[in-house]
Amino acid sequence: MLGGVRGMGRVVGQRSVSAQTQRTVFTLPVLNYDIAKGLAPVITPAALDLHYNKHHATYVANANRLVEGTKYEGKDLERVVRESYGDNVPVFNNTAQIWNHSFFWDCMSPNGSASPPPADLEKALATQFGSVEEFQAKFSDHAKALFGSGWTWLVDNDGKLEIQNKSNANTPITSDGKVTPLLTLDVWEHSYYVDHQNRRPEYIEKWWKVVNWEFVASQLAKSRS
Amino acid sequence: WFADSKHHQAYVNGLNAALAQQAAAMEAGDVEALVKLQPAIKFNGGGHVNHTIFWSNLCPEKDWEPPQGDLAAKIDATFGSLEALQAKLSAQTAAVQGSGWGWLGYDPASGGLVTATTANQDPLATLGLVPLLGIDVWEHAYYLQYKNVRPDYLKNVWRVVNWRNVAERLAAAQ
Repeated sequence: MLGGVRGMGRVVGQRSVSAQTQRTVFTLPVLNYDIAKGLAPVITPAALDLHYNKHHATYVANANRLVEGTKYEGKDLERVVRESYGDNVPVFNNTAQIWNHSFFWDCMSPNGSASPPPADLEKALATQFGSVEEFQAKFSDHAKALFGSGWTWLVDNDGKLEIQNKSNANTPITSDGKVTPLLTLDVWEHSYYVDHQNRRPEYIEKWWKVVNWEFVASQLAKSRS
Repeated sequence: WFADSKHHQAYVNGLNAALAQQAAAMEAGDVEALVKLQPAIKFNGGGHVNHTIFWSNLCPEKDWEPPQGDLAAKIDATFGSLEALQAKLSAQTAAVQGSGWGWLGYDPASGGLVTATTANQDPLATLGLVPLLGIDVWEHAYYLQYKNVRPDYLKNVWRVVNWRNVAERLAAAQ
């Protein structure tokens, strides 16, 4: 049984039922913040608009088209991601990218890191990495080192915090065992290219300013409960 | 293409650094270190090789000419027509997941032309083929102009392909 992954702030891939057939239609999640304001200093409004309304939206449209009439139709997003992994590449790529992006939006908020990590999270990071700063340095190093397209993750792997790099659409929610994602950073070039061109390290450094530690802490709490 | 030249420089710098470390590891007889360096050499070396090919494959639109001679004959024989080749390679390349390249290559084993794709910066040589024409579909190659609409980039890239360079590469490979 794969690890429990709950704790999205909202319903992702919410069900909507058509009059004629019972089917799940994937949708874009509603953001907690205003796209028109961007996520300063790391993501401008134009880049955020592109990322959400073009990239994320395209994954949603593709996934809906690809699951129609298949065994995946009618199932919720997480289930489709897990079942299509290793089974149907286009379905996996698109549904995993819906999931990954939705999680990514939750990981950020305007002025996110104006509030430092809540106590339990701070303690867990210090225990595993020495301090919050050392965790950030290690996470940043991983994100810089990821070659090509992918995501850098902080996960709780059965009680142990780990930083993992995943290529392309790969995601920790397909891992065996009790793995809970806590934080992710999109390092596909589309995520930073408009604002930072090839300067990925600059993107990573600025991104820490919008990390939503409250969300990360809530993920950890759910994982440890 | 300014942004792409920064990428190319980064690959060159990365490759030089990796090769320097490799030299040191060889001197020290440190096999484990040598093995650990292979991914960095592959990415950066591949990035350098691939971009070097890519720059030579392109020309200003005003200088565009269709394929001639042996190359033209082989394209027609293998794919039916230039349009058919372009449609095929565009479709294959559009389907590359994440970062990678589309290629028109020469297969020394069969003496013929093939289309192929590679992931990240893997050189076409890793498939045993000789690269004739490469199309970069890392997002950095098209993002500023085309955003996420990779198919539009692929439609337009054909207008700047330098078929004379492709023909030179084919001649050298045979």
